[in-house]
Amino acid sequence: MNRPPRDPGAQPERTRLAWRRTLLAATVLGLLAARGVIVEDTGPRQVTLIALLALTWLALLIVSHRRIRALATDRPVTLPWLAALGAVGVVLTLAVLAVLTMVV
Amino acid sequence: MEDDKVNVVAASLSPSRLRQTGTTPDYRFSLANERTFLAWLRTALALVAGGIAIAQFLPPLRTEGLREGIAGVLLLLGSACAVRAVLHWAACERAMRQGKDLPVSRFPTVLAILVAVGAVGLLVLVLTGTFSA
Repeated sequence: MNRPPRDPGAQPERTRLAWRRTLLAATVLGLLAARGVIVEDTGPRQVTLIALLALTWLALLIVSHRRIRALATDRPVTLPWLAALGAVGVVLTLAVLAVLTMVV
Repeated sequence: MEDDKVNVVAASLSPSRLRQTGTTPDYRFSLANERTFLAWLRTALALVAGGIAIAQFLPPLRTEGLREGIAGVLLLLGSACAVRAVLHWAACERAMRQGKDLPVSRFPTVLAILVAVGAVGLLVLVLTGTFSA
């Protein structure tokens, strides 16, 4: 295969790692929020909230892994709009769920 | 400026419009823009995590609702950071496509001032004994 020379700035690798860091930060946040939900009581409302946290985290996992795979080329395309909106949506949803963990 | 904001909303409704404008910049610049976007997302996540940590680990304060208020402000700041992250990412992407200067923004300054004022405010609360039961 005739590959162009590797980018000396390692931009795709650095961007992949940035996605990993972001996913890691969201994971810590999700676990912290989940801890607050179950630390006092575990009823149906708490289980629902944990499930919503897990689904939100899963959404970011899917977005970031699709992007990480897309970055595994020599000339990756620009981040798609939907991926950017998805990632922001996950952060906003986590903020809303954080408010809910305080009131249930 | 206002015009830009409207365009961003329109672009988010029809993503192809962002791609159609101007020419595709060097992919390395787009990736740098993407990493800046992600760094802002992590800032947003950190602010939200700070709000959750306050709500979970700070004991109830003498002033009713102060703890929840501090947590709420952090959650709002985090949300604002996330929304602004995607708007700024799109504005930078469009500026690069059209060969214009990158947009400048007051947001980082405002956020830094808010965090500094908040930190000093909390220090005052600690020193005046509002936090001790």
